[in-house]
Amino acid sequence: MLIQKSNDIKSAVITPKEFYLNRRQFMLSASAAALATGAALSGLDWTGGTPEVLAGEKLGNVKKSSFSTAEKQNSFKDITSYNNFYELGTDKEDPATNARYLTTRPWTVSVEGEVRKPKTYDIDALVKLSPLEERVYRMRCVEAWSMVIPWLGFPLSSLIKLAEPTGNAKFIQFVTLLDPKRMPGQKLPIMEWPYVEGLRMDEAMHPLTILSVGLYGEILPAQNGAPIRLVVPWKYGFKSIKSIVKIRFVEKQPPASWNRMQPQEYGFYSNVNPEVDHPRWTQATERRIGEFLRRKTLKFNGYGDQVAQLYSGMDLKKFY
Amino acid sequence: MLPWLKPAVFLACLIPLGQLGYNAYTGNLTANPIEFITRFTGSWALILLLSSLAVTPLRKICGWNALIKYRRMLGLFAFFYAALHFLTYMVLDHFFDFQAIVKDILKRPYVTAGFTSLVLMIPLAITSTASMIRRLGKRWQQLHRLVYFAAAAAVLHFYWLVKADIRRPVQYGLVLAVLLGSRLVFSWAPAIARRFSSQRSAGRATANARASKLSRNSES
Repeated sequence: MLIQKSNDIKSAVITPKEFYLNRRQFMLSASAAALATGAALSGLDWTGGTPEVLAGEKLGNVKKSSFSTAEKQNSFKDITSYNNFYELGTDKEDPATNARYLTTRPWTVSVEGEVRKPKTYDIDALVKLSPLEERVYRMRCVEAWSMVIPWLGFPLSSLIKLAEPTGNAKFIQFVTLLDPKRMPGQKLPIMEWPYVEGLRMDEAMHPLTILSVGLYGEILPAQNGAPIRLVVPWKYGFKSIKSIVKIRFVEKQPPASWNRMQPQEYGFYSNVNPEVDHPRWTQATERRIGEFLRRKTLKFNGYGDQVAQLYSGMDLKKFY
Repeated sequence: MLPWLKPAVFLACLIPLGQLGYNAYTGNLTANPIEFITRFTGSWALILLLSSLAVTPLRKICGWNALIKYRRMLGLFAFFYAALHFLTYMVLDHFFDFQAIVKDILKRPYVTAGFTSLVLMIPLAITSTASMIRRLGKRWQQLHRLVYFAAAAAVLHFYWLVKADIRRPVQYGLVLAVLLGSRLVFSWAPAIARRFSSQRSAGRATANARASKLSRNSES
């Protein structure tokens, strides 16, 4: 049996990037054109395809990283079909279903606030800002499940250095896109939109903290937070904000969505901590997706050696 | 009454189980099968419990008295799915880690509520046979009012478990409120009707005392 590798496909056969990334707009204009010429059926070929196809572009030139874990990685299917991304729906399979709404070109990320060099980056420039690395990280959801995900991205610190923060920059605030058309979940008042998150400057500068633009060697699927998202592997997953449009350097601790909504359940720091239960369920154990028996949850999600010193002297039961 | 209807309802109540089995066979239980099975069996337990509670209001409002034949079946299927739900939690989720399970039940309000609901349904399932109904007589009906608390605990269980999107537990809660509220209306309705008729007849009393007495008698 011949197993065709993706390299075997000639680039000319692949749907041009601008077509599939803007498939929705393209379909609209295509069907309008088709109607105008009386050839309405010609548009039907474009209705097929799955979200995986939409995000299938390979990212080349990726370095391996010593920060990666050697643990068994979850499948691409698991990582892209079981998501918490309320902007695309609140059920786990909703984000994959609604991924088609989230077009990611054009897209800009504004770096602003307490910096000497504020700048609005086009996403395609941002991806080339720093060499891409593969970071295979554990991801621990606050709902007591976990995955191992091979992210592609670059350290957040490299963007921070370019921005040249002033002495007043103590925290960084991150903001997700606000656009109910592209994020239909925002039509529901489940939480205050847009989603916002924050990190202390030393957390943001930590080498484990990355901005991710891909996974499994491909550009990030919409349901995983395309086109660019934060990944902070020692914190509960909700800290790793998706589909970022704004990175603002601030002096005071910025609001964070879950913390703002239910402060007694979700702290600003939200470091993975088996000793501090969520008020409604235990955080002592977790289910690794794909495994049957629960595992013991590790403090700082197993990244304690690298990050525990960030919190020395802090009572983590108080600053949960 | 159609003779095939009862087996048809029985089979219909088994469709969710069949769907679950089919999903398992075709590998469509999502990336987190244990969570999926837990949610699925829990939802159907709640749907069937609310369905069993809809029988009495529907009989009173629509006069579909034949529905009574399916009430026990709906209630027992609710218990069946609730038991599957608990077994999923005990075996698949915690794999007989009874220490963790007991701690969970005592410490986590949503687990406490869910477990309470299941425990309340046990005596109802046991006393659902015809001979038990005969033996318990009037007390049977009193005992089976526990189902109101079981349903309320089940809705609370769901409500306390969701993180932010409370739409579905609230929908179940509204349905339950209507079903329980209608019972209050039915139990008050005769008293209200009596009072209304007695007021009306009191107004007419001076004109025709005898007629008002007749009317009151005829309505009570």
